[in-house]
Amino acid sequence: MQSKNRTALFPYVIWIALFVIAPIALVLYYSMLDLSGNFTLENYKNFFSAIYLKMTFTSFWYAFLITFFTLLIAYPTAYLLTKTKHKQLWLMLIIIPSWINLLLKTYAFIGIFGLYGPINAFIEVFGFDPQQILFTDFSFIFVSVYIFIPFMIIPIFNSLDKLNPSLVFAARDLGASSWTTFRRVVFPLTIDGVKSGIQVTFIPALSLFMITRLIAGNQVITLGTAIEQQFLVSQNWGMGSTIAVFLIVFMVLTMMVTGQKKKGGRV
Amino acid sequence: MNKLSAASKGYLVLVFIVLYAPIFYLIFYSFNSGGNMNDFESFTLEHYKAVFEDTRLLVILINTVLIALLSGLIATIIGTLGAIGIVSMKDKKLRNTFLSLNNVLIVSPDVVIGASFLILFTMIGVKLGFTSVLVSHIAFSVPIVVLMVLPKLLEMNTSLIDAARDLGATKRDVLMRVILPYIAPGIFAGFFMAITYSLDDFAVTFFVTGNGFSTLSVEIYSMARAGITLTINAISGLVFLVTVLVVIGYYFVNNRTKARMGESK
Amino acid sequence: MKQLVQATSAIIIVCLLLFFASRSLESAGAKGSKDTLTVYNWGEYIDPELIDAFEQETGIHVVYETFDSNEAMYTKVQQGGSSYDIAVPSEYMIETMIEDDMLIELDHSLIPNMKNIDPYFLDLPFDPGNKYSTPYFWGTVGIVYNPSMVPEDLTFESWEDLWDERLKDKVFLVDGSREVIGMGLNSLGYSLNLKDDLALREATDKLIELTPNVKAIIGDEITPLMINNEATVALTWSGQAADMMWENEELDFAVPEEGSNLWFDNFVIPKTSKNIEGAHAFINFMLDAENGAQNADYVGYSTPNAASWELMDEEVISDERFYPDVELRERLEVYENLGLKWLGKYNEYFLEFKMNLN
Repeated sequence: MQSKNRTALFPYVIWIALFVIAPIALVLYYSMLDLSGNFTLENYKNFFSAIYLKMTFTSFWYAFLITFFTLLIAYPTAYLLTKTKHKQLWLMLIIIPSWINLLLKTYAFIGIFGLYGPINAFIEVFGFDPQQILFTDFSFIFVSVYIFIPFMIIPIFNSLDKLNPSLVFAARDLGASSWTTFRRVVFPLTIDGVKSGIQVTFIPALSLFMITRLIAGNQVITLGTAIEQQFLVSQNWGMGSTIAVFLIVFMVLTMMVTGQKKKGGRV
Repeated sequence: MNKLSAASKGYLVLVFIVLYAPIFYLIFYSFNSGGNMNDFESFTLEHYKAVFEDTRLLVILINTVLIALLSGLIATIIGTLGAIGIVSMKDKKLRNTFLSLNNVLIVSPDVVIGASFLILFTMIGVKLGFTSVLVSHIAFSVPIVVLMVLPKLLEMNTSLIDAARDLGATKRDVLMRVILPYIAPGIFAGFFMAITYSLDDFAVTFFVTGNGFSTLSVEIYSMARAGITLTINAISGLVFLVTVLVVIGYYFVNNRTKARMGESK
Repeated sequence: MKQLVQATSAIIIVCLLLFFASRSLESAGAKGSKDTLTVYNWGEYIDPELIDAFEQETGIHVVYETFDSNEAMYTKVQQGGSSYDIAVPSEYMIETMIEDDMLIELDHSLIPNMKNIDPYFLDLPFDPGNKYSTPYFWGTVGIVYNPSMVPEDLTFESWEDLWDERLKDKVFLVDGSREVIGMGLNSLGYSLNLKDDLALREATDKLIELTPNVKAIIGDEITPLMINNEATVALTWSGQAADMMWENEELDFAVPEEGSNLWFDNFVIPKTSKNIEGAHAFINFMLDAENGAQNADYVGYSTPNAASWELMDEEVISDERFYPDVELRERLEVYENLGLKWLGKYNEYFLEFKMNLN
């Protein structure tokens, strides 16, 4: 099996070398340069200033909230989807909205959430005053969750889909309540799907940047925003790279927490 | 099969409404003669006419779809093989290292990826344009494929492989007849997510494109300063309509052939 | 397995079809011309009819590429790999590009229409003698507001009006460190090109006092919000304000008296150019009186082309908010290239200000 797997891995290893190792090396190299291109560790020192530490904390907090709400909405959706008649079709229909350009959808959200938009019109029907929904924590988390929902649903759907229904029936026959069945049987069996969903949500959520401006109006500043600014506005690639290095470190830590505890598979 | 309660159905309907709301909002205003997304003046098809008259925009649209499909396909192949390779690693440390490396591109902000790819391409001397964009899209789509395929591989029952091997199947047979069919849902999921990444990407494409090659995202973002035209709404509406029709059409054709095959057996 | 093979072949077939479709469309557009010119500009920042007219007139095929920020454009041109013949950077970026030896000196004999430009816009500090650039559009930074939604005594003739308590949660700012910190400096009576830590500190502290009034710091998305009467007061560029006022007649625009920024977007020819002659022809074509007027009409920004003014709507040209007279212009400052060190400091202060928002 080994030799076969080596050839299978070959393109993947090339990919890692060219597009992962090389960029990491570049980022590391740049992170140790100052503005005039001299070697320095100043950038790393700067990262431990109050501003960046606060920003790191904010990024983690919002990434956590986004992942939490995404999971909360995605799990039942995935579960119910597996019970529908044309489940594969419905799953596809969950993905399609994410193929429309994000900036355009953001403009649509600006209209929908707006003071004179449909949501506020709806609120007014119940006699409440129109609210500015844009540029609040709520709108930021809402749109982020919107973006990540398909990414969370798919792995959960796939793991639920292959779940052997007889296991559930057996548990129910043995007198387990539906909640116990879920907690003890269904959820543990789909944990790999959930973990993979958390990884594809939490990790990118740490570095969200476009919508921090578009939807949150810079009320929320994440590490991703700071990197973008350093690269594109300050043209301080050194500091930008340094923050990127920390992001990669945080990602590895996240992976270790959510990582597969099981021994290697057999394939 | 249809045993969903009313509450469950209501929940699903709500999720779908939210997911589609912005898209219908965009399409609604693509019929607006007012020229913006604020006041709906009167119904018009002029923006759709404009799409077909603008050759440059059409070329960009075709390129966008072409890049998405092609990069999705190639990334899926590389990613699936990679995931199989990773899972078969016995050394736990090596495996975790690979998994971490895999995720580097997912966590890196697009600007960093774009800038470092640009430096990479100019260092190697690749001419910027179709090829460089395609290669970059493959590059940032591979990790998502791996992450989608991995759980399927992990939950795979190893006794299946043992049984196949006992029955004298070759390694190739095991891969083709046992592993791939089992993980197919993961592969499809990976492919569709890769397409999502590709269609949505602005920053990376911006940095690595050149010589007149452009994608829809780049075009839309650079329009923001002077205002996005409703032609873009119209083109999104068309893309959306075609995608939905293709997906539904493909699904039912596929189902019917499956059903027929079932009958003949 | 069969499903996988089927799907793969379907995708490959579709890709092939798309490839040929794109090829045939592209060749139809090129009309067999080998002489091409790559123009690198902001999106929607030119009348496409003029590009067609230029192609007709000269037989040169124009490849039009777009960017969304000066810095991103700079990185692309600097790295090479693509041959841009014309780019349209803003003034401070032109200074940087000249310093970094990225531009070709213009041959003024090939641009006779340069005479159409109002002398006020020529020979400016960022490019003395217009050796490298010719003006395309220009404007100011100011406050766009909705008079019916703010207290009557606020006219924004002074920056101080932004700090008024009655504007709590009503002010929108652009996401630019030069603009926002510059406003802070201007409001204190300082120059917006100041390189002085103490003054910057003072300006930042003053800006932090503004945070209760600030609703959001955003970019181009401010346009639909102002048009929709969802935002009341916004710091923005005059060109964008003109766009908004075109759609929403209630709005007004003011450039505060303490001073503000005067900006330019200019044509330059980067060293990556492979069609220098064509590039000159393009610039000359765009500076033509009639073409300039048509373009200004389409884009809606202020043009520096005096010959075009004659052909344009009198009402537009006499609007002092967008074509300020000489006396008004005296109070405006052009951004100087701060150098990376000071630009970095401006950004750090701006970041500090932003972190105080929430």
